[in-house]
Amino acid sequence: MGQRTPLYDLHLALGAKMVDFGGWDMPLHYGSQVEEHHEVRRDCGVFDVSHMTVIDIEGHQAKEWLQQLLANDVDRLNTPGRALYSAMLNEQGGVVDDMIVYLMPEGYRLIVNAATRDQDLAWMNAQRQGYDVTLIERPELALLAVQGPQARHKVAELVTQARSQLIHQLKPFEAQSNGDWFIARTGYTGEDGLEILLPADQAPAFFNELVGAGISPIGLGARDTLRLEAGMNLYGQDIHLGVSPLCANMAWTIAWQPESRQFIGRHALEAEKAKGVQFKLVGLVLEERGVLRAHQVVRIADVGEGEITSGSFSPTLSKSIALARVPIATADRAEVEIRGKWYPVRVVKPTFVRLGKALI
Amino acid sequence: MSLIPAELRFAESHEWSRLETDGTITVGISDHAQEALGDVVFVELAEVGKVFAAGDVAGVVESVKAASDIYAPVSGEVIAVNEALADSPEGLNEAPYDNWIFKLKPTNTAELEKLLDAAGYKAAIGE
Repeated sequence: MGQRTPLYDLHLALGAKMVDFGGWDMPLHYGSQVEEHHEVRRDCGVFDVSHMTVIDIEGHQAKEWLQQLLANDVDRLNTPGRALYSAMLNEQGGVVDDMIVYLMPEGYRLIVNAATRDQDLAWMNAQRQGYDVTLIERPELALLAVQGPQARHKVAELVTQARSQLIHQLKPFEAQSNGDWFIARTGYTGEDGLEILLPADQAPAFFNELVGAGISPIGLGARDTLRLEAGMNLYGQDIHLGVSPLCANMAWTIAWQPESRQFIGRHALEAEKAKGVQFKLVGLVLEERGVLRAHQVVRIADVGEGEITSGSFSPTLSKSIALARVPIATADRAEVEIRGKWYPVRVVKPTFVRLGKALI
Repeated sequence: MSLIPAELRFAESHEWSRLETDGTITVGISDHAQEALGDVVFVELAEVGKVFAAGDVAGVVESVKAASDIYAPVSGEVIAVNEALADSPEGLNEAPYDNWIFKLKPTNTAELEKLLDAAGYKAAIGE
């Protein structure tokens, strides 16, 4: 038996098909993954993502320490509630994890992946020596993501006036606390929406209220196709310890300035840049019928070979799409091997859908 | 609980088979199989005229989750494939016993007897 979120019984009652995800029993879908996907793009839906790990960083040297730990620079966060996306690298420049960092009044809040919890904590603790920082895990909090064009509007109608006002005021990538809730305008779907951290004992009632108000529960299956369409990396697939962020469409998340900031992995990335980055992460679109899947081989005439890191059927585009790591010289055409046959694919920027609109 | 029509035969790999009055065999996937697969988004059909031995891979059903091989439940020649699945693969989810995948002209109709009956299949999938 895996670990359970506070909403486990509710998922069962809603007819969820449960699966193991990183040691957690999580809902894959509640009937139809494709329908759930469409619901988020055209209206909104609610995801239980309480399995994700929340770590608060406090102490006098919290900022200094995170400036060394993370490839993005938390100095860019100048007002409490601002958030940034960052990779945490090892000395070789491999990605230990990716995360969202929020500036809090008394420190920082990190939301990291569920499956990497142990790896992250071990790494962070090993890097903590000599710094006045405290890591406080927050397993007593549940995390609900409400995503879709109607998400903020619908949630605002169900909460207290103060929270409702806060929801209307939040800018993208911003968060604020209200009482024991922490409300962020962030997500993993390419749509507008919220991620709400709240005490675990309040989560079932709130989730029920959202569902009662017509907000569909959405499983991890649709979460995966939504993030794939949005071109967002999934740790363990598109990025991992053996991958440099420069080969994973994450160059924009690396803060090179100031040069004096010696974040972990900097030397390795600088050496890689000096030598010339070899690979890039691109989007693939299959124009014929079929489904692209992770680990299929990509062949680029006169250039070389690459590999699909994530692939699925895109419900919004009604065709198969993928993220693939290919040689840097790859242009706009390639071929993918599916069960021994080669299929032509288009190579595109890896953002297929944003805010309900097809971009390819 | 999934739907298991009493008049059909089932393979342990979840294909259903129906012996038609003209001696051909119609093949599809069970309700249990479509449920486990999730939303079906693509069906790769065999070519008409192909000859399979029982247990040969005779097609692929791809759902949002994964690709699953479809096996020939008995030996025989493919005499028809359900082209309608190209445009509406979700038919396998909506009506798995109406939306067949291919039809075989069996080499030996007696092979059908080796397949599970409804009660046997029910037991095999633990229902």
